[in-house]
Amino acid sequence: MLEIRNLHVSVDGQPILKGLDLSVKAGEVHAIMGPNGSGKSTLAHVLAGRTGYLVTAGEVMYRSSNLLDLVAEDRARLGIFLAFQYPVEIPGVTNVYFLKAALNAQRRHNGQPELDAIDFLALIRSRLKQLDMDESLLYRSVNQGFSGGEKKRNEILQMALLEPRLALLDESDSGLDIDALKVVAGGINGLRSPERAIVLVTHYQRLLDYVVPDRVHILADGRIVRSGGRELAIELERTGYGKAADGPAMQATMP
Amino acid sequence: MNARQVASVNDYLDAFRRVSSFLPGQQLDWLRESRAEAIGRFAQQGFPTLHNEEWKYTNVTAIEHGRFNLLPPHGSEFLSRLIDSHALLDSHILVFVNGHLEPGLSRPGKLPADVKLTSLSYRLERSPDDLEEALVTYPPPSAFADLNLAFMADGAYIRLPPGCVVKAPIQLLFIASEANLAIQPRNLVLAGAGCSASLVEHHVALGDISYFTNAVTDIVLDAGASIEHHKLQQESPSAFHIATVNVSQAAKSRFISTSFALGARLSRVGIAVRLDAEDARCDLDGLYLADGRQHVDHHTRIDHLQPRCTSRERYKGVLDGASRAVFNGRVVVHPDAQGSDAVQTNHNLLLSDAAEIDTKPQLEIWADDVKCSHGATVGQLDEDQVFYLCSRGIGESAARAMLTRAFAMEVVNRVGIPALQEKLDELLHARLPQRGTAC
Repeated sequence: MLEIRNLHVSVDGQPILKGLDLSVKAGEVHAIMGPNGSGKSTLAHVLAGRTGYLVTAGEVMYRSSNLLDLVAEDRARLGIFLAFQYPVEIPGVTNVYFLKAALNAQRRHNGQPELDAIDFLALIRSRLKQLDMDESLLYRSVNQGFSGGEKKRNEILQMALLEPRLALLDESDSGLDIDALKVVAGGINGLRSPERAIVLVTHYQRLLDYVVPDRVHILADGRIVRSGGRELAIELERTGYGKAADGPAMQATMP
Repeated sequence: MNARQVASVNDYLDAFRRVSSFLPGQQLDWLRESRAEAIGRFAQQGFPTLHNEEWKYTNVTAIEHGRFNLLPPHGSEFLSRLIDSHALLDSHILVFVNGHLEPGLSRPGKLPADVKLTSLSYRLERSPDDLEEALVTYPPPSAFADLNLAFMADGAYIRLPPGCVVKAPIQLLFIASEANLAIQPRNLVLAGAGCSASLVEHHVALGDISYFTNAVTDIVLDAGASIEHHKLQQESPSAFHIATVNVSQAAKSRFISTSFALGARLSRVGIAVRLDAEDARCDLDGLYLADGRQHVDHHTRIDHLQPRCTSRERYKGVLDGASRAVFNGRVVVHPDAQGSDAVQTNHNLLLSDAAEIDTKPQLEIWADDVKCSHGATVGQLDEDQVFYLCSRGIGESAARAMLTRAFAMEVVNRVGIPALQEKLDELLHARLPQRGTAC
């Protein structure tokens, strides 16, 4: 579904990603872990189509099209979704208006009829219930005055509504208490399916206790330096990034 | 057709587009369609020339080059259709045509006993006793206010007795229907103690004609009175609009003002509020939208003269094209005005590189126990917000339209009259950049 080859990305002339390779197949959940500044968020934003990032080399194929040729809205309409680490507040645009506009933009693109207010409300109410969210959040401005937990849940709500093929979650667990974390994890698990791929970008392995990944990658200094199964995350938790990034050979010498 | 002919034909086409919905019989399908076909044929052929055998000896270029007023003479039926399109639901409407009250077109409706809603000229003739104090107490603040005082002939006279509550808005609809006129309305609102009412001062025109409106509105609030003054300026694109609003407030009175500046080639609104007694509060909100080469100016002045008064001022502007806007907000806290609380903001969105805003907050504080703040911003849309919307599949132009609208609607949403909110919602929809088709 997603094939990244030798990706180099600079921001303001500063190289951030330096030859990143990653292959994600439909039905898989991947976790990308790494220390602060390793390029995790840059990767998530580049895939979502944020401007201001200069791709200096490499390619990204998504379902047989060249992803880097597409603007953000087209990527979204083709099924890519980024759950933001810091969801943006938009005063004056109600959540319900925003959600309906987003869903209908996607439906139009897919040749489906737009949902009217009544059908939309029925759909969004069922999703709210799954995520234990209050309906009043629909009628407030997008993310404005939301608590940290509400913002993160609002991201998962959008994801549950838009049903993306490739979901990228950027630190969706940060700042959540244990109850909110379970709700967010439940929302992610609810989306797991053979047609869908999920990439979790995270600093801590805490979320991975609830959303068990098929593959774990360690990103350091702009490249994937190690990949493995679930056990890699557990090892990381025990030894920290400095040592785990050096690989099994190095680790073997440690007591 | 040569180029000159096309321009002239286009004048007729433009005029037709403006007036067609107000012409008599437009509810009849056959007539509406026939009229549209006729103007279509005319646009195709243009005026006959000497090359046309039938017109070989009669040259009508003088007619073609004449700039005639294409608006039909405004019979009351014609105007009442225009009024219908501007009237707010359930409002008490006074209609002024070229500055003069038209009683036959006005619909004052049922008002509480002792409320006076009439024309200033009538009061000047019949019972001028309370006019001197209200009209000439303070020296006119500008040359334009002087001009208005010298020439004023008519306007609204509104006297609200103490304690009365007028629920529906009072709409003062000023229609400019003739080119080249100087229209100088003078409105007077005398609000008795504890009364409450909302006024909508609404300026519109019949087509794209050039004229000069020079309006003055004086509002006097007695103790505990609560008055809203919403000014909706939708003058013709070729018009000049100068407006002065003078307000004086007694103890515990509450004044709410909004100024929506949408039309006119050049407009300037001056609002001066005197917080003359303790515990009075005023809220001044405004929204200006300018495009093309429009120039729109707001100068406000709030005088905190007595203790514990509160003022809130929130102005916003959206500028496109090569338009220019000015916001000058002056707040003066006088030595006796301890415990004053004043907040002023002015936020501007520039949608084009050629648009320009001059914003100048001025705080003058002569008392020591006060809370005052101000803030002004000038900027473009927040690119983080644009990206957030796009990342959900919303097209970029739709995202920008959504954010621009949200910026402006914040002011509209504070208007306490649902019918006016709805009208402004429609006007903004028509005025602001529209969503792209692809999204």
